[in-house]
Amino acid sequence: MVEIKTADELNKKFLREGMWPTIFCNGCGHGVVLEYTFWALEELGWDMDNVIFASGIGCSSRLPGYINADGLHTTHGRAIAFATGIKAANPDFNVIVFTGDGDCSGIGGNHFIHAARRNIDITVIMINNFIYGMTGGQLAPTAPLGSIATTAPYGNIEHPFDISNLACALGANYVARWGVSHPYQPIKSLKEGLQKKGFSLLEFLAPCPTAYGRRNKLGDIKKHWAWYDNNTILKEDYEKIMKYGTEEEKAQVKDKMQLGVFQDIQKSGFFESYEKLVNRLKEKETKTKGAKK
Amino acid sequence: MIEFKDDWCKGCNICIDRCPVDALEESDRLNKKGVRPPQLKKDNKCNYCRLCELICPDLAITVIPEEIKKEDKKTLLSPIGGKIK
Ligand SMILES: Cc1ncc(C[n+]2csc(CCOP(=O)(O)OP(=O)(O)O)c2C)c(N)n1
Ligand code: SF4
Ligand code: SF4
Ligand code: SF4
Repeated sequence: MVEIKTADELNKKFLREGMWPTIFCNGCGHGVVLEYTFWALEELGWDMDNVIFASGIGCSSRLPGYINADGLHTTHGRAIAFATGIKAANPDFNVIVFTGDGDCSGIGGNHFIHAARRNIDITVIMINNFIYGMTGGQLAPTAPLGSIATTAPYGNIEHPFDISNLACALGANYVARWGVSHPYQPIKSLKEGLQKKGFSLLEFLAPCPTAYGRRNKLGDIKKHWAWYDNNTILKEDYEKIMKYGTEEEKAQVKDKMQLGVFQDIQKSGFFESYEKLVNRLKEKETKTKGAKK
Repeated sequence: MIEFKDDWCKGCNICIDRCPVDALEESDRLNKKGVRPPQLKKDNKCNYCRLCELICPDLAITVIPEEIKKEDKKTLLSPIGGKIK
């Protein structure tokens, strides 16, 4: 069901009037993720009065400010905690979190872990640009080995966090990772993730030419965007090559980041279980009261 | 037809770089930010695939379907896959 046909109509519907253009730098990938989300929401046909966005602090966390819907722009790392609160107050709302890799996997790491583990029914869109963009380029826990950052001037020696892999291990219902330069799969995947009951994580690898690119010989925007083409591989292709490929082919793809849907399961979410628990206790109470009379 | 919102463009040139048929080029218009937004080349093989529209980080591009139907009868893909009827 696509009612809207042109990007112009789409933007008129979903953008908060007067806020665009963004404060984002030239060539920043955040805007693309927003556009993909708009198309997914349009295709779902959701009533936007029923959708609430939450975000923390960072360039990526500014996204809800551009959307014509209710949103909470909260404190650094705490978006998921606020989102859980919204969901607890009214489970009928669709809650979407926009967060950065720093916000979500750095300072907000524990909120992320426990929300995924409890399978809270929210969709987390984490934009991973390998760096703390807003504050000028400190090393993020997701930065590939060797990355240069203001706090890693000689190259990163810490092993990066694979957040999608972590979410899978925690039993999140839906986990996928995509880039920004190929639209179709991510839009479809966003739709799946948004619809999913339980915890969904959509990780987007997005360029940050200013804070990451310039320091890592990717200052040229084209070159930075091309880095993702050369350093990512679809999960299915990766698995095929690892199974049937030659040693040379295996060596070529070994260190590439995989893209695709990593997990798509259906476990009961926290609030479903909670409702059941409340009902069970209520029933027990009425029974014991009845027995006393 | 492709419309460009000149003042939204930041000049990353990703649209020009990624167009599969190399149909775009920098224009000689100058916008508020002092960058030159793209334009369709005079001679172009644009097939209205919408890639430029979808990956423009600043939402500055609109590919317009009605015109396509009238003039080119080319298939317009919807961003979620499949054809727009
Ligand atoms: C409690 C607290 N600590 C630190 C900061 C400073 N700070 C603001 S944004 C940010 C990092 C954001 O990085 P990320 O989430 O990756 O977003 P990006 O800007 O890269 O999109 C930091 C450390 C803060 N605002 N609040
Ligand atoms: S600093 Fe990086 S993440 Fe922030 S707006 Fe600029 S390019 Fe985007
Ligand atoms: S992709 Fe968008 S912002 Fe970049 S040059 Fe093209 S129209 Fe301008
Ligand atoms: S619609 Fe497709 S072919 Fe036409 S200019 Fe855009 S990217 Fe190129």
